[in-house]
Amino acid sequence: MLHTVNKSPYQSDALTTCFGLAQPGSAVLLIEDGIYGAMTNTKFSAAVVIAQQCCAIYVLEPDLQARGFNSDCIMNAIQAIDYDGFVSLVEANSVVQAW
Amino acid sequence: MYVNRSAPHGTIYAHEGLEVVLVGAAFDQEVSMAFVGDGVFQLKQAQDTSGIGTKNFAGAYRALADYDVTRLYVETESLEERGLTVDDLMPLTYDDEGDDDQEKSLITLIDRASLGQLFEAQDVILNF
Repeated sequence: MLHTVNKSPYQSDALTTCFGLAQPGSAVLLIEDGIYGAMTNTKFSAAVVIAQQCCAIYVLEPDLQARGFNSDCIMNAIQAIDYDGFVSLVEANSVVQAW
Repeated sequence: MYVNRSAPHGTIYAHEGLEVVLVGAAFDQEVSMAFVGDGVFQLKQAQDTSGIGTKNFAGAYRALADYDVTRLYVETESLEERGLTVDDLMPLTYDDEGDDDQEKSLITLIDRASLGQLFEAQDVILNF
């Protein structure tokens, strides 16, 4: 399953709820204000590290750039992808859960 | 004082809030701004919205000085919680006419306790 998270983890529990429910082998894509969950040195970093043990975590690069960040600012093992990559994830997963 | 608590681009609050500040300042209101919580992300430097096809209003913060809005209070704890420092923010400056045109920063870092006290000193507070 593909999970998309578009809310800031500081404003909403969408990210932590998603991590709690995502099953092994899932993909989690951080988009829009959800990209703030991908940053290093935040109180969510530890939760991301744990989630990475069972899920592949992605972040949408155009949303990073819009907010003044780039792929150098995000945690290791989170993969920055473009819109084509987003489409590929949707194709590869039969169900999408938009948090 | 306008209190900015929203991240930019994901919702309309940050952009609308900035517009309201500029309108208010154009009507000679004495305006200051506070950036708290996700609001500190509004001032992140190097924002480039070309990839998401929306208006990049980050440049408009540089117009604040032209409207005599020279007090932008950024809460230190909010920056730290988000892994940011003041060096990650846009360099916003103005020439202080009351101090021999010295170039000064629009941004003042303020700790949470002091910001709370600053709120108490305001006549009107609007949140975005």
